[in-house]
Amino acid sequence: MITLSLQSLVPAIAEIWLVVAVCLILLADSFAGARRRSLTPTLTLLALAVGAALTVRYGFTGAHVTLFDGMYVSDRLAVVLKLAGFLIVAVVLLYSRGYLERRGILRGEYYVLALTALLGIFVLISAGNLLTVYLGVELLALSVYAMVAFDRESGVAAESAMKYFVLGAIASGTLLYGMSLLYGLTGTLDLGLLAQRLETAGPGVILALAFVVAAVAFKLGAVPFHMWLPDVYEGAPTSVTLFIGTVPKIAYFALAFRLLAEGLAGTTAQWTQMLAPLAVLTLVVGNCVAIVQSNLKRMLAYSTIANVGFILLGFVAGTPAGYAAALYYVLVYVLTSLGSFGVILLAGSRGFEADRMDDYRGLSRRDPLLAGAMMMLMFSTAGVPPFVGFWAKLRIFQVLWETHHLWLVLIAAATSVVGAYYTLRVIKLMYFDEPVEAPAGEPAPGVRLVLGVNAALVLALGLIPGPLLDLCARLIH
Amino acid sequence: MHCCLLSILIWMPIAAGALILLLGDARPAVTRWLALIAALAALVLSLPLWSGFDVTGAAMQFPEKLPWIPRFSAWYALGVDGISMPLIVLTTFMTVPVVIAAWTVIEKRPAQYYAAFLIMEGLMVGVFSATDALLFYFFWEAMLIPMFLIIGVWGGPRRVYATLKFFLYTFLGSVFMLVALIYMYVKAGDYAIASFQALPLSLAEQRWIFAAFFLAFAVKVPMWPVHTWLPDAHVEAPTGGSVILAAIMLKMGGYGFLRFSLPITPDASRELDLVMIALSLIAVVYIGLVALMQQDMKKLIAYSSIAHMGFVTLGAFVIYAIVAATGSRVGAGMALDGAMVQMISHGLISGSLFLCVGVLYDRLHSRQIADYGGVVNVMPVFAVFMVLFALANTGLPGTSGFVGEFLVIIATFRASFWYAFFAAVTLVTGAAYTLWLVKRVVFGPVTSPRVAALKDLNPREFVVLGMLAVLVIGVGVWPAPLLRVMQPTIRHLVTLALASKL
Repeated sequence: MITLSLQSLVPAIAEIWLVVAVCLILLADSFAGARRRSLTPTLTLLALAVGAALTVRYGFTGAHVTLFDGMYVSDRLAVVLKLAGFLIVAVVLLYSRGYLERRGILRGEYYVLALTALLGIFVLISAGNLLTVYLGVELLALSVYAMVAFDRESGVAAESAMKYFVLGAIASGTLLYGMSLLYGLTGTLDLGLLAQRLETAGPGVILALAFVVAAVAFKLGAVPFHMWLPDVYEGAPTSVTLFIGTVPKIAYFALAFRLLAEGLAGTTAQWTQMLAPLAVLTLVVGNCVAIVQSNLKRMLAYSTIANVGFILLGFVAGTPAGYAAALYYVLVYVLTSLGSFGVILLAGSRGFEADRMDDYRGLSRRDPLLAGAMMMLMFSTAGVPPFVGFWAKLRIFQVLWETHHLWLVLIAAATSVVGAYYTLRVIKLMYFDEPVEAPAGEPAPGVRLVLGVNAALVLALGLIPGPLLDLCARLIH
Repeated sequence: MHCCLLSILIWMPIAAGALILLLGDARPAVTRWLALIAALAALVLSLPLWSGFDVTGAAMQFPEKLPWIPRFSAWYALGVDGISMPLIVLTTFMTVPVVIAAWTVIEKRPAQYYAAFLIMEGLMVGVFSATDALLFYFFWEAMLIPMFLIIGVWGGPRRVYATLKFFLYTFLGSVFMLVALIYMYVKAGDYAIASFQALPLSLAEQRWIFAAFFLAFAVKVPMWPVHTWLPDAHVEAPTGGSVILAAIMLKMGGYGFLRFSLPITPDASRELDLVMIALSLIAVVYIGLVALMQQDMKKLIAYSSIAHMGFVTLGAFVIYAIVAATGSRVGAGMALDGAMVQMISHGLISGSLFLCVGVLYDRLHSRQIADYGGVVNVMPVFAVFMVLFALANTGLPGTSGFVGEFLVIIATFRASFWYAFFAAVTLVTGAAYTLWLVKRVVFGPVTSPRVAALKDLNPREFVVLGMLAVLVIGVGVWPAPLLRVMQPTIRHLVTLALASKL
């Protein structure tokens, strides 16, 4: 029996506000027309700020609150992830503005779709039921498909969107099928009950797990379910790539955590065994293939795949410490990707996408700030101290040692040396090569300041990693 | 002041480097002077480490301890003993000539150049003073970044190949050390080097950990056969880069063996001592012969460095053979003393030789031995320095090169005549390649009009080479102060290295 009172809806304030904001912005955008282009971006940023403020004020209602008969869960992890979501989307929108403008695609859809995608992410983060999980996954996925395609003129973008949509639909089907099997085995869709009943379920559960794990692997971009990722990253407008490369990763962490770590807690031994080979493949393919790319966006796509391998390793550990390590890794990864794609957006100018590796030759001479920021981000990606990427990798190594995964530690260590090469290549182009003739990047002092802060954070969190590590560990109990 | 001397030595140069980066190349004179002042200040500040050093015990001195990452029990813990303190002073000392040597020579982005070296200095002091393994690793890896940029931006024609090779080689070695450190952390519960040293480990565990350490440290030393990055890196690096690489970075490998391998995995070290001795002797004999055949001055000195560093690893691991052969520890301390003096001495001598080559290179833009000849006729003052450092490189008594090699060879005699015999071959090969280099470059008639047009040292270069010459002779004539600060720590190290953990 569902009982509703306004008071009981308070924990879902973030989602409710987002729905309201989406409707308002959609209306405002339609009425503002083509003349007042800056209205929608400003309103969206305002909506994000208000959403974050409301979440801070009313979100922390308790350690673990459920709504709608357990369909919706609000705990500290959810609140913190939602705050991170607000912040990341705000930074994404700040970075994208100039790019959209000069490509002539500064339209309201981008902003509205970003907000609906964020709504999907929030639903996923707070999912307490398989149905809610699916709802969140689809809301996010559909928004993102549309974002990839929203530059109508671009054939490449349309092709990427098609590919993404078809493969994504298969993954959704897989997820749904796995869920139906789980329901058949246990008779419940509730993640909490599922965990209890699975302990007594028969061997059929392995089959269900295989489908669920495959779907999660697809969403994260783990090998061999990664085919969509490089094409979409390369084909989508860079501002959309920036979006896809950052916020949804938080959602997919939540997906993996809610589904595997919480819902399927009884079968940890089984799904960690399925994830381990996926993680190894992902590490090897991601790092090795990234080396030979000539397009920076595509290279960053393979770098993403390589990073997903590390995130999966956190789950392979199968302990709260492991999930906390994966969470830390995801946050660090998002922070770093924000900056990397931000550099691509700022290095370009009208008619110049700045997405080929060669466009970065001698960037340190042309634009020292962008080159400096990119260097820090690349060293962080390679896992070299004093940058924060080092701690993310260290944490994964630690939890793997604690759970006695000797071979995984060694493979992860060896592949991260391979991975260092492709990041060094970017630095080599920027610092060691002679500058090429290229248009100057976007001046935009405000956005550059944001990028500077972004890069400085990568250094600061590397020097003092304690607080964020602590936060991640406390969020997962 | 004593409370945070080490922290100041780490962070002051880094802050100065950051400041120089911010100032940029707008006013080169200000940049240069700022860099020099920072380097001199670091040198002056490091002197109290020596004067205030307590030579009666082996405990860590000038300790600092702040919580860094409470969740891992990782501490920002610093301290120095008789092994690390001389190396820190060597680091702060060598940065000064590097800054002065760059004065008018570096025209391309000078601010970044000085900043890289100052940041590098701070990180290197951090490596030597960290008493927490995680902090050690943090500095150890961070140090790669400035060196990667120094070789890549200011290096020679094949700089990109050389610097990538340098980075990836050392990164590969270090990653496995990190894996070993984490393993011990999981067992010990914190990252303090002291608790790793006290951690009981089975022989199998020790073997794996030893192998991981070996990868990291042998690449840095470098030992044969993982030395191939060094000739490339040295040849392509700018003069300052070669100096720091040879004088300090190679020492980190030796320091690692003494600080980690010997005390943490004593039984594996004992078991594998023959391998280590053999690799060291190959470095001494074979690489010595390789050096003989070089046509490029920097490459010759690079190979000579590998051969000389062979004495460091020989001195470190021959202690087990000494104990096995004589049943007493008398010679062990002497071997380690020799290894340590050799590190300091090689830092001074190889640094000086690279600076000498830099002086010639700045004038003629060639490193080929064949392009020179008869330099003494036009550059007599330079020739004096070059010959002095060359003789020191051959181990002439009265120079620092003699003390370390002599101590190691004498100690090695206690282990086996043949070890000592092969080690002493260096007295022949070392003299051969160094003196032949001097003969071809410095002596003889002037071979080309370009050489005839060379100008002798300017005052700046004279100061740089002069200060190094004073120390090379000083340590050679009167090594007692150096040995005195090292001795208690070395004695303690012998105890740790010879105590079985099984």
